[in-house]
Amino acid sequence: MSTAATIPAVHGTVTVAVPVERAFRVFTDSFGSWWPSEYHLGAAELADAILEPRVGGRWYERGADGSECDWGRVLVWEPPHRLVVTWQINGEWQYDPDPDRASEIEIRFTADGPERTVVELEHRKLERLVGGQAMRDSISGAGGWGGVLARYAEATTSKVE
Amino acid sequence: METYGAAGSGDAPLSLLGDPTRRAIFELLARRPRSVGELAQQLPISRPAVSQHLRVLKDGGLVVSRAEGTRRVYRLNPDGVAGLRAWLDRVWSESLTSFAKLAEQNQDVDQKAPEQEQP
Repeated sequence: MSTAATIPAVHGTVTVAVPVERAFRVFTDSFGSWWPSEYHLGAAELADAILEPRVGGRWYERGADGSECDWGRVLVWEPPHRLVVTWQINGEWQYDPDPDRASEIEIRFTADGPERTVVELEHRKLERLVGGQAMRDSISGAGGWGGVLARYAEATTSKVE
Repeated sequence: METYGAAGSGDAPLSLLGDPTRRAIFELLARRPRSVGELAQQLPISRPAVSQHLRVLKDGGLVVSRAEGTRRVYRLNPDGVAGLRAWLDRVWSESLTSFAKLAEQNQDVDQKAPEQEQP
């Protein structure tokens, strides 16, 4: 199994009709207000998702029952233009504190005029998630990505069942 | 507002889950392997339509199939990579769309508040 190979990064771009300062502020300060609540790691329903505004800050969710579940850490905090966070989740769908197994998400905010901002996102180093031993051991079992997706599916497919 | 879910990648698997039916099939298979008949029971489409979507998902590397007796059972591709990328692409595409909506929606309210910093 070629775990050393890199996995191509996932990219996303959105253009918003707001100044760059506001785009950065809404993205970070109001993270929990726009993040789709169906995407959560904790067992409890998502009540809020928080991005602490500093290098080393936590990126985590708070469940409806008050429990907290880490997603990653803030690596780069350069308002209003650049933000890099880690997303470090192991094969059991839990926070993995080992930085060597952390994927990275970089978000760049570029002003395109005074009232327009291009937001570019790159989710990279995905091979670190897949390459981790726990991930490799469980990748085709209930704890691997199948499990991650099943967890996600539990929250979203009730509509089609 | 404009969104580009997989800007610059040109990678076919990433757009495969943009179709709501294919996404539903993908998510059902994430829960457990199923046959075409089992999938058709869960979805408001015919078996031939399910088969067609499965073929697209299979060609894109997201699912694999295996013969079990007289039937063929489909599951997510266990190498995980294509599925992981497609899933993350979906997450970020939806998230950025939601972000853009909020950023643009509440702007009037925000502009009434004093700005703390200027470019």
